[in-house]
Amino acid sequence: MTETAELSFVRRYVFSTDHKVIGKQFLFTAMGFFTLGGILALLMRTQLAWPWQEIPVIGKLLFGSGGNILPPETYPALVTMHGTIMIFFFIIPILSGALGNFLIPLMIGAKDMAFPRLNLFSYWVMVPAFIVMLASFFVATGPAAAGWTSYVPLSILKDAIPGSEMGQTLWVLSMMLVGTSSILGAINYITTIVMLRAPGMDMFRLPMTIWALFVTAILATFATPVLTAALILMFLDRTIGTLFFAAGEGQVILWQHLFWFYSHPAVYIMILPAMGVASDIISTFSRKPLFGYKPMVYSIMAIAALGFTVWGHHMFVSGMNPLLGLTFMTSTMLIALPSAIKTFNWLGTLWGGNLQLRAPMLNALAFVSTFVIGGLSGIFSAATPVDIFLHDTYWIVGHIHYVLFGGSLFGVFAGVQYWFPKMFGRMMSDGWGRIHFILTFVTFNLIFLPMFVLGGYGMPRRIADPYVYEMFTNLQGLNQFMTYALYVLALSQFILAGNFFYSLFRGKVAGKNPWKANTLEWTLDSPPPHENFEHIPTVYRGPYEYSSPLVSADWLAQDQYLDGTKPPEVMPAPAVSPAAGD
Amino acid sequence: MGGLVPGLSTIAGPIDQLFMVVLILTGIAFFLVEGILIYFLVRYRYREGRKAKFVHGNRRVEILWTVIPGLMLFGLAVFQYDTWTKAKIDFPSEAVSEVIAVSANQFEWKATYAGEDGKLGTEDDIQAPINVLHFPVGRPIIVELQSTDVLHSFFIPVLRVKQDAVPGRPSRVWFQAIAEGEYELACAELCGLGHYRMRGFVTLESQEKFEAWLEEVAARR
Repeated sequence: MTETAELSFVRRYVFSTDHKVIGKQFLFTAMGFFTLGGILALLMRTQLAWPWQEIPVIGKLLFGSGGNILPPETYPALVTMHGTIMIFFFIIPILSGALGNFLIPLMIGAKDMAFPRLNLFSYWVMVPAFIVMLASFFVATGPAAAGWTSYVPLSILKDAIPGSEMGQTLWVLSMMLVGTSSILGAINYITTIVMLRAPGMDMFRLPMTIWALFVTAILATFATPVLTAALILMFLDRTIGTLFFAAGEGQVILWQHLFWFYSHPAVYIMILPAMGVASDIISTFSRKPLFGYKPMVYSIMAIAALGFTVWGHHMFVSGMNPLLGLTFMTSTMLIALPSAIKTFNWLGTLWGGNLQLRAPMLNALAFVSTFVIGGLSGIFSAATPVDIFLHDTYWIVGHIHYVLFGGSLFGVFAGVQYWFPKMFGRMMSDGWGRIHFILTFVTFNLIFLPMFVLGGYGMPRRIADPYVYEMFTNLQGLNQFMTYALYVLALSQFILAGNFFYSLFRGKVAGKNPWKANTLEWTLDSPPPHENFEHIPTVYRGPYEYSSPLVSADWLAQDQYLDGTKPPEVMPAPAVSPAAGD
Repeated sequence: MGGLVPGLSTIAGPIDQLFMVVLILTGIAFFLVEGILIYFLVRYRYREGRKAKFVHGNRRVEILWTVIPGLMLFGLAVFQYDTWTKAKIDFPSEAVSEVIAVSANQFEWKATYAGEDGKLGTEDDIQAPINVLHFPVGRPIIVELQSTDVLHSFFIPVLRVKQDAVPGRPSRVWFQAIAEGEYELACAELCGLGHYRMRGFVTLESQEKFEAWLEEVAARR
């Protein structure tokens, strides 16, 4: 397939098998869904600040028939769709789909994925998922409204909530397609990383981003089929009247077990790639080797393995046998350990470095500092007696957002700004990047830190109007403050979008290696050509040889030959053409 | 929790203490990590021409920062066992407890009290008005929870009590109140469009007042 120029526009940019194009497709769709998920959050927080008030501007557009006021059945739908969209249509696709697709072949020295056509399919199977999920907003009874967790029986009894009519069926269908895409992508990633590494690229010379994506793919391969199976059972319960999850005849709590058996590992699917991205960026901008490479790799593996043993911590007060609470608490406490080790190693990387605080680095550091809060707040809810009070309160909402916004999203901001020059050949503005960072970092904390206070008061999540309760009336001021902070945060994202799209066309031309980084993607043109490497590079060293005494520069590329460097003895990758196995 | 909500049950003290223990330990970890992070950002900020340390790691510190937090986390888990067992596993005997049935449905709570025979599920059971719950102070209360439609969760913040009501699968929760007063019961599990207004009114009162209230309710029937 060297006759690139002859490929039609459709084959090159729409139904492309080029991993870089597929990565960008995931990137742009995920950005669209980030916007939608954000709008849902704005509606939710506006309701929490001023419940049942007329919503200016968009209220008329959305709820014109109801006096521009949010109807009570819409709030659970907002909660449900915000969670679903941000998790399954934004974070997972942008980390695994966009960064994973774009980076894996480039960073391991391959011409493409092992199965390019499977890769194409993994994106295009998402498209009907997008359409079905978006269509559910327009059915008469509204989209799914049983929470992103879709606990039964609320999600099965059609008259339990309007969203449990057509909306929930569409939700289940769309999620099955998302799961299919995940599994296909994961198999492709595993095969590619195992089979197509360039000569000399031992497993322990892989950049952390690739290690993280590799372990994430293994997690997805083992966990996602469980969710897909559970979704099929739910679909049958809803359509042909089976009773898998029905009260009495079936098992209500079984859904929770199956759902969390997938969804707890899924939290790590959402955070591990961001950890990898942060590791690479922190090492690059510290101009210093990553501290404790192997402990970092083993921590990722430990998180993945332990990740399958902790799902019951979502169910301490669900009616699950309380004895199990003790074992799930212990495993949950222990899973904090590899995260702690990673944090210490990031600090170790900074120690003695020469820190360049550019926009990607600032976002990676924000990842570390807010992930710490996310992790530590999890210890409270892991402690079963404390969780009796904190479960299903805003404490949990704060915790998950410190992990997924503070962690994953700052990881995304860092990764996109770091690899933007490689993706599009131009630089994003560092100045505007810093302004976006400061505004987002400050307002993020102003929104989510108070959630721990709300949780301390016991304010439950998913409540459309907390002030129905006398015990929460004193929290309205705080809620309004958080909502104002969200408005500023939302506006700040226009800076990022503006910087992104302006730089796409007008940014400074990047050149091959604007950050003076070591990994293989930076040896290529920006953007890299079709099939990436004209000659497969030979790798002589690990990815983090910054400030090596062997050279006068403060970086040393993985493929740079130095006199006396031992050539690689083993050729781990057979010379398979990427398309051959497809 | 954390001094924000009064703790009015026998289990509230131990739970709040554990919260404080976790708060202090995680607080130390938080300030340590963020402090070091900020210090490094200032100390090692970019200087033209300076080369960073060429260090790949250190086995001794890796072992230290694996073993110490590992033992602390494991210890912290074991430290919770006793209170969890008291709260959710070891129930007081029914003979010394007031056993009350609470049924949840969209979007109300219905409490049923034993009549003169002291047993639930008999003719003389007393049905309290919807969303009204009275509990005597100073003796164990066992609530037999059930739901007739979807999941709900029985959450009384001042008592540090939360338990899901699962349709088709009754569950139990116990507590012992230590002070009188009027408080609220919230539904903590999304149960439909009226979830936010599934509010109960809880009265904690002396045994005498409780019995008087029960008689009054029975008489009204």
